Amino acid sequence: MASVTTPEVLWWALAPVLLLAAGGLLLLTVASLVRRLPGYLPQAWTVAVGLAVLATTPPSWVAVRDGGPRSLLSGTVAVDGSTVLVTAALALALLATALLARPYLEREDLPGVELYVLLMLSAAGGVVMVSADDLIVLFLGLEILSIAVYVLAALHLRRFESQEASLKYFILGAFASAFLLYGMALVYGATGSTRLGRISGYLAGTVLLDDGMLLAGIALILVGLAFKVAAVPFHAWTPDVYQGAPSPVVAWMAAGVKAAGFTAMVRVLVVALGTHASDWRPAVAVLAGASVVVGAWVAVLQTDVKRMLAYSSIAHAGFLLLGVQAASPRGTAAVYAYLVIYTLLATGSFAVITTVGGAGDGGHGLEAYRGLARRQPVLAGAFTVLLLGQAGVPFTGGFVAKLGVLAAAVDGRTYWVAMVAMVAAAVAAFVYLRILVAMYLRDPEADEVPPHVVPPGARVVVGVACAGVLFIGLLPAPLLDLARQAVPVLVGG
Amino acid sequence: MVVTTSWYLTLAAILFSMGAVGLLTRRNPLIMFMCVELMLNAVNLTFVSLGTDLGDLSGQLAVFFVLVVAAAEVVVGLAIIVAITRRRQGATADDLSVLGG
Repeated sequence: MASVTTPEVLWWALAPVLLLAAGGLLLLTVASLVRRLPGYLPQAWTVAVGLAVLATTPPSWVAVRDGGPRSLLSGTVAVDGSTVLVTAALALALLATALLARPYLEREDLPGVELYVLLMLSAAGGVVMVSADDLIVLFLGLEILSIAVYVLAALHLRRFESQEASLKYFILGAFASAFLLYGMALVYGATGSTRLGRISGYLAGTVLLDDGMLLAGIALILVGLAFKVAAVPFHAWTPDVYQGAPSPVVAWMAAGVKAAGFTAMVRVLVVALGTHASDWRPAVAVLAGASVVVGAWVAVLQTDVKRMLAYSSIAHAGFLLLGVQAASPRGTAAVYAYLVIYTLLATGSFAVITTVGGAGDGGHGLEAYRGLARRQPVLAGAFTVLLLGQAGVPFTGGFVAKLGVLAAAVDGRTYWVAMVAMVAAAVAAFVYLRILVAMYLRDPEADEVPPHVVPPGARVVVGVACAGVLFIGLLPAPLLDLARQAVPVLVGG
Repeated sequence: MVVTTSWYLTLAAILFSMGAVGLLTRRNPLIMFMCVELMLNAVNLTFVSLGTDLGDLSGQLAVFFVLVVAAAEVVVGLAIIVAITRRRQGATADDLSVLGG
């Protein structure tokens, strides 16, 4: 009998995906069999799975550092430093969302375990995406991540806004996926493989006489990914979806989806298509410049805090693109550090927004924040730290993040986009200032506004986010070292 | 007359553009959704013809994955559309304008 050679499987490297997928499916099965689950169980299970994923990352990190990056499952999946670091960030975002979800579901009277199940499956897709070493696997991960988030956005059954947000996100997300996939097909046609390692090897060893198909493919992949990470001019869905979707879900969208999207972008553009950097760098630089300008400018005109933060997330995407377009190890390291810091900033900010939104998830106008500092000084103080972090004020993590990508852009000699980003950052600071002014200087509209109940889960998320942002701001070296060691490499061939 | 790979690629590009333009101009969510499917199938045609041209199986293989993903998208997309039309009869994309600022 002929023996079958099975591909190499490294269980430790696959553990995060397996834990998340098995955890989600198990919870779904149990919830459909058992009539009444205790209320705390789904959340406790999700938190346990998230902690387990987080616990797998330090041993994996050590294994990658000592044994080098590895390719497994016949070169379709790879594990390197960036995979492990972003998996940890995704686990943090998952934990934060799960902690925010239960008080939210109780307040809005939404029974069911679907949020937790979809959240874990979405995170599994995110982990697949950050460990993909093949364009098709990357596409599968992206779709597992996105399809779950489309449903999560529609989760609030009684808010029409939630369903409208979901449909908008779904149609535009599917549109973007089609572009991404078409781009992948053309890159496959031009290089003869969907494996990132083989694409890179082929491009390094061959001079393409007619590279029209390859360039069209790169352009379409860029459009698809720019949609997913909400870069201008492909950002139109972001404010509506952020405004309409349930607030804890927005925390996941902002932190998790962006982290996975940018890691995939770095992998495809910088690592696999690095030989053609001179072709895609100008395009990414234009996207970066447009995103920081539009994100900062339009945020100033908003009156809804969720929409303000949606535009600020567009500006953050622009800063991240600044690191991508540098196409250097320094740039990618800055992107990973930024992603970790942004995970903290976004989850913390949306924890405050979930709390202040109140029953019905509708109180997101600037007026809801008036006099918050007098009514709930601790909550307002924590939000202040997070907003200053988002603005990039020195001694917060946001400053470290922005400085890293700006330095990488200057290093890559794209001075104009670095200048534009610095001016835009100053404009964006005005947005955060408006929220701060509302919190500290304005009197409450009515003195009898009852204080918002801050559930323990939200306290943990806000506390950890603030502590993390301040710690990184004062002592950035450990995170920057990790990010520098996380530079992605090609191992498959 | 010989039908070469470029014919298939051109057809796929035309189908993809039809889908993209249709999605941007039509207002019925169901038709917009059909346009997305058209775009995905145009990509499938591209994958198959390029795979045949290269003599490489992974192009054919990709189509299976895309089909599965498209089926999963159908399930979720139709559920969202049904949920919306149950709330608002005959809703078009223009009626979805609660959000804004």
